[in-house]
Amino acid sequence: MERIDSDRTRFKEIVRGRIRKNLKKYISQGELIGKQGNDIVSVPVPQVDLPRFKFGRRDNGGLGQGNGEPGDPVGGEGEGQGSGKGPAGDSPGEHGLEVEVTLEDLAKILGEELELPNIQPKGKRKFESTERKYSGIRPVGPNSLRHFKQTYRQALRRQITSGTYDAKRPIIIPIRADMRFRSFKEEVKPHHNAVIIYMMDVSGSMGDEQKEIVRIESFWIDTWLRSQYKGIESRYIIHDASAREVDRDTFFRTKESGGTMISSAYRKCIEIIKKDYPSGEWNIYPFHFSDGDNWSADDTMQCVKLVRDEIIPSSNVFCYGQVESPYGSGQFIKDLRVHFKGDDHVITSEIKNKDAIVRSIKDFLGKGK
Amino acid sequence: MTTTLTLPDDVRAWAVKIEKIAREQGLDFFPTIFEMVTYEQMNMLAAYDGFPIRYKHWKWGAEYESISKSYAYGLSKIYELVINTDPCYAYLLEPNSLLEHKLVMAHVFAHCDFFKNNAWFARTDRKMLDQMANHAAKIARLAERYGEEKVENFIDTCLTIDNLIDPYAPFIVRKREVLEEDALPPEPAKLPARSYMDRYINPEEDLARKREEMKKKHEEAKKRFPSEPERDVLAFILEHAPLEKWQRQILAMIREEAYYFVPQRMTKIMNEGWASYWHSKILTTCGVCNDGDITDFCTVHAGTMQMSPTSINPYKIGLELYRDIEDRWNKGRFGLEWERCDDMEQKLHWDMQLGLGREKIFQVRKIYNDLMFVDEFLTPEFAERLKLFSYAYNRKNERWEVKTREFLDVKAMLLKQLTNFGQPMIYVEDANFKNRGELCLWHKHDGQDLKLDYAKETLSNLASLWSRPVHLRTTSDGKSVLWSHDGSRFEESRQ
Repeated sequence: MERIDSDRTRFKEIVRGRIRKNLKKYISQGELIGKQGNDIVSVPVPQVDLPRFKFGRRDNGGLGQGNGEPGDPVGGEGEGQGSGKGPAGDSPGEHGLEVEVTLEDLAKILGEELELPNIQPKGKRKFESTERKYSGIRPVGPNSLRHFKQTYRQALRRQITSGTYDAKRPIIIPIRADMRFRSFKEEVKPHHNAVIIYMMDVSGSMGDEQKEIVRIESFWIDTWLRSQYKGIESRYIIHDASAREVDRDTFFRTKESGGTMISSAYRKCIEIIKKDYPSGEWNIYPFHFSDGDNWSADDTMQCVKLVRDEIIPSSNVFCYGQVESPYGSGQFIKDLRVHFKGDDHVITSEIKNKDAIVRSIKDFLGKGK
Repeated sequence: MTTTLTLPDDVRAWAVKIEKIAREQGLDFFPTIFEMVTYEQMNMLAAYDGFPIRYKHWKWGAEYESISKSYAYGLSKIYELVINTDPCYAYLLEPNSLLEHKLVMAHVFAHCDFFKNNAWFARTDRKMLDQMANHAAKIARLAERYGEEKVENFIDTCLTIDNLIDPYAPFIVRKREVLEEDALPPEPAKLPARSYMDRYINPEEDLARKREEMKKKHEEAKKRFPSEPERDVLAFILEHAPLEKWQRQILAMIREEAYYFVPQRMTKIMNEGWASYWHSKILTTCGVCNDGDITDFCTVHAGTMQMSPTSINPYKIGLELYRDIEDRWNKGRFGLEWERCDDMEQKLHWDMQLGLGREKIFQVRKIYNDLMFVDEFLTPEFAERLKLFSYAYNRKNERWEVKTREFLDVKAMLLKQLTNFGQPMIYVEDANFKNRGELCLWHKHDGQDLKLDYAKETLSNLASLWSRPVHLRTTSDGKSVLWSHDGSRFEESRQ
């Protein structure tokens, strides 16, 4: 073990401590979404550095080098302003005090704070797939993969060495042997064996605020499940009186205005499961969010039947989250609770407002299914 | 460190060759030991400021995280690391090419020459490697005895004030404070007047009033402690704050380490410029590169010389300034005659063939620091050639904008950044503030306000060290204010 490791561990502990302290705030304000890279999230942690007497740099200005007339912006327009929100940083290009945490760490913190149990996966077999990554340079290859800069450098080098380089007429002519090409490596990646199927009611009664709640909640559910399964797929279904599958972006943005037939979403969900995730090896997580206003009691009965006969047998757990809307009756959750009383394969949760998100996440994930 | 890789034979051979060339060129350095490290080890050493063993603290971990991240994203790479000790230790990055090793070694020898010969380094402890390890061991012992958390918290507190030191302190011979019993209050100054006019221009009652005032001030000054504002706040706290013995030990160690790094911060531009000047000279003119290597050298060299629109590159500014000085002294472009000449055509072709350049740059590297270096040798032609500009925040457009390319403005900005390393000057003014034993500090305001949230925290830490309220006299938004912290509450009062 290297000496630095204990200092790193201590630093990470401090950062994690700060994040934990503020986690509930981060969750309910949805602050972390959108700051998400591939597997890293920027968390606005207040002051992990040591305070000292120093100048506020805003009065201070600085010194730079390059072209530009007085009045021209320095360091690119709008830089240091995050995503156009909030005040500009203390200096150009500064991004404020943010700590980067991997999603895995974030999930761990979430798990600790909400005391979430680890999930026991249903299927054990793992799939593998290969992926190409362009990371190297080689002397042979197709022209479409030619690396211009490397080729130029080889040619320059050859001409200087062989004395054919003229500084007054710096013309570089690459020959065959100078050519350099990008090359790829194949990487084997463990394949997904878990899938989350998000379903959302987008009928007229679901407003922006309700969708925001769904968005925040699914981000955290996603984060947690991802930490439990290496590589996980997500599918998105929206529905009003009829259902269709969409991409993530559309999922959170669409506003329809029709009536509501929840059974249409469940049918679509079953269709996806049957088509793409047929074997018992898959861990399947259907999540449904709605304001609880269904078209008819008839349709509700159909829903219950579909959940009982088709969804539950192939899924780890079926989750239903109900957001409160001024227009809905909120009847659906009551019906589900009546029909699935005592069945721990169905989890229902009411999400009254943003502050209730934390509790609702615990409802869904606290069972370790 | 767990392992040190051995130096490959070709690198070792080149180390010997380059050392010989460097000495022939006139560089004079301590024995220099190269060690080959992996990039993880390099990042770790960099986080520890080059020393393999430092006391346990999370700030190294934070530094390591940021260095590794920046390396992983390809934003920066630490080529070289050398520490000011005798013998000098320098680290080479294992995945580097032979050419890069050559460049780094030439660079390192020049750094070692600078450490050994620059006057500002004269008082540094050349056995700091051992000293740092001793500090680490001592702090570990204290942590065992008094508790990890307690010691860590105290170190946190100390580190927030480790910039409140006097960079010139190592050169000041401390005089004992002798109480001069018979020191008389000074006489009030008189306006010049002919003798027969004197009693009208300097009326006796007015003089008497002034005399009385000055006497009162003099008496007050005699009672005040310290009698003059003290810039080494750290030393003052160490000597006069009611600390426990283990706390005093830790604060003393942190102060010692802070002082050790002062000369390096004072000479960043000069030191990097000097090293870059020599790696460039040795690699391109002393037969170290073959023709094929030259393109690779240029790529690496250009990378280190890159300038940015938001900050200045000390490597580049330093290197160019040395070259400029060498050129000017070779051609005799200095002195009264040169300054007075206003014939641009004559100036353009001015060459007195003095050949004093080499001698001059060696002299400069011996006695100057960055502030003096820039103040004396930055010329309008130079600033224009390097396209330097100053920038400022435009509140109306909410963005940073190029402010001006005026030489005096640019130079003033650079000097401001170099003065006290761009940090506020803070003094101890009164250790018995309001006759209540409270500590009052004074910020010598030069147009830049302090960052309030940081100042609050720092004052709170100072209050916990002093164990009584601490005040800071400063200027904020153009008004004189007194910031006070009693350990639990911050207060601002107008003065």
